[in-house]
Amino acid sequence: MNILVVAEHHGGKWHKMSWETLAAGQVVAASLNAQLSVLVLGSEIEPLATELATHRVDRVFVAEHELLAEYSSDGYTVAIQQIVKRISPDLVLFPHSYFVRDYGPKLAARLNRSFLNDVVDIDAEENHIRFTRQIFQGKINADVTFSDAPPHFVSIQSGAYRGDALEPADNFAPVEKINVTIGPADIRTRYGEWFRESKSKVDLSTAEIIVSVGRGIKDPEHIPIAKELAEALGGELAASRPVCDNGWLPLERQVGSSGQTVSPKLYLAIGISGAIQHVVGMKGAEIIAAINQDPGAPIFEIADYGVVGDLFEVVPALTEAILAIKED
Amino acid sequence: MNIFVCLKQTPARDSVICFADHGKWIDESGLTFELNEPDAFALEEGIRLREGNGGEVVVVSMGSERTIAVIREALAKGADRGILIESDESFRVDAFATAKALAAVLSKESPDIVLTGLQADDLGFGQTGVILAELLNLPHASIVVKIVEISDGSIQIKKELEAGWFQNIDMPLPALLTIQSGTNKPRYATLMGIKKARKKPVDHYSIRELGVESLMSQTIEHLYAPPKTKETQFFEGSSREVADKLAEKLKFEARIL
Repeated sequence: MNILVVAEHHGGKWHKMSWETLAAGQVVAASLNAQLSVLVLGSEIEPLATELATHRVDRVFVAEHELLAEYSSDGYTVAIQQIVKRISPDLVLFPHSYFVRDYGPKLAARLNRSFLNDVVDIDAEENHIRFTRQIFQGKINADVTFSDAPPHFVSIQSGAYRGDALEPADNFAPVEKINVTIGPADIRTRYGEWFRESKSKVDLSTAEIIVSVGRGIKDPEHIPIAKELAEALGGELAASRPVCDNGWLPLERQVGSSGQTVSPKLYLAIGISGAIQHVVGMKGAEIIAAINQDPGAPIFEIADYGVVGDLFEVVPALTEAILAIKED
Repeated sequence: MNIFVCLKQTPARDSVICFADHGKWIDESGLTFELNEPDAFALEEGIRLREGNGGEVVVVSMGSERTIAVIREALAKGADRGILIESDESFRVDAFATAKALAAVLSKESPDIVLTGLQADDLGFGQTGVILAELLNLPHASIVVKIVEISDGSIQIKKELEAGWFQNIDMPLPALLTIQSGTNKPRYATLMGIKKARKKPVDHYSIRELGVESLMSQTIEHLYAPPKTKETQFFEGSSREVADKLAEKLKFEARIL
């Protein structure tokens, strides 16, 4: 059995989920006694390949091409398709990054395969691999198997495996160049420079206490009750995506995969269900407290303290209780 | 412009979901179904495109008979025509199988632009649009937050990247875009719209007549509640009582205050 991990970088810098995916590859390869290879694509990427070779893998594949210098869904699809055909892996693992979301399912379809994304756990036994992913916005776990022939394409959710648990190589793994044929006509899209909307004035990453509101707040006129709680605690006010999308709080206060990643001492989630896109941005918090009406909200899977109840009553009461404690 | 918008019907967002007895799927009886919320943004984008450029908005959905409701809703909001692909399994198949069915219908039409939502609230794949682009041999952009410009057979969009970054992408038409949620304010159906919708045409196809194999390559073996990663201490009582208990914990146990 052969496992191929596709490592991701941008502008010569690794995407940290590459290490998590490689760690997943190592774990699965060990339990199946499988060969593990890792692939890096791009232009002028020798240093990246050398770095990959310091980890416990059987082979490092490097696909260099000037048309892979910047990411394109067309370019990556053409290149990886050729590589998969050549080295015939049984399982291809990707980080569940924005790039992979953009090309992974397309690549699999080109090879007449489905793509299984957002996998949080892999249970590998001899001749049987079961993948776990979350459905219904994190409310339910589903164990999924493939019923068609390999190769199988799977992306690993952020944080599912630990990048710092990677095993180093005993000796440098062999690095093998692999040629790919891509023409300018293969790439139909023209990609502009990356840019940021505005310099974020609010840096939530250093905040010790964060009070964060989700769609349970229902209306912008209710935001002040969360703000008052944040002030009572001496913390910052933050929000999940829907709140910022609605313009109830500025985007610079958004926590989650498309916003900021935070690791405060206390993260108090108010009316936040805990969809994975939000959780990846805040699960590093030391203490998580959640107030939510729905006892089945996934936020309670990771919460230290939980209150199932009406936030419009509990939050003002909590503000009062905290002010009272502080006065003592 | 021939604008196609793909819609999915999913259980209402606040649904309490129970497992079916066999443990391989949810118990669908007693659930209310609605338009998948992310798809509402794609529909709104489609209607605005027609308002700016002329043409027709066609909505396509796959599902059992109840799915006609999302098509009617879209027609009431301003779409011109609907296509329903009848399939009892639609709601649990993998994205590749869904995209194959959609591609079979769209390849009979001549779209200038195909729009989908970012992902479905049930299975959460976020793949159908990307695969559909591949099957229709169209260039695509995913997680689009803005259509910047359409001119002379090409389109420029603004796409979201990780951690607050964005990028503009140019591509020729026809093309497929997956629309990020929250990028516009979806309109409500008006009474007049609902009335007009009754007269708008809806074509029906069955999976079988499209010649799409209903073969799924991914099988759900087992559903279960996610294991808790932390032992949550829940506080019960009146709002005042739970607030006092939580504040006390934050002071003495978590040592936050």
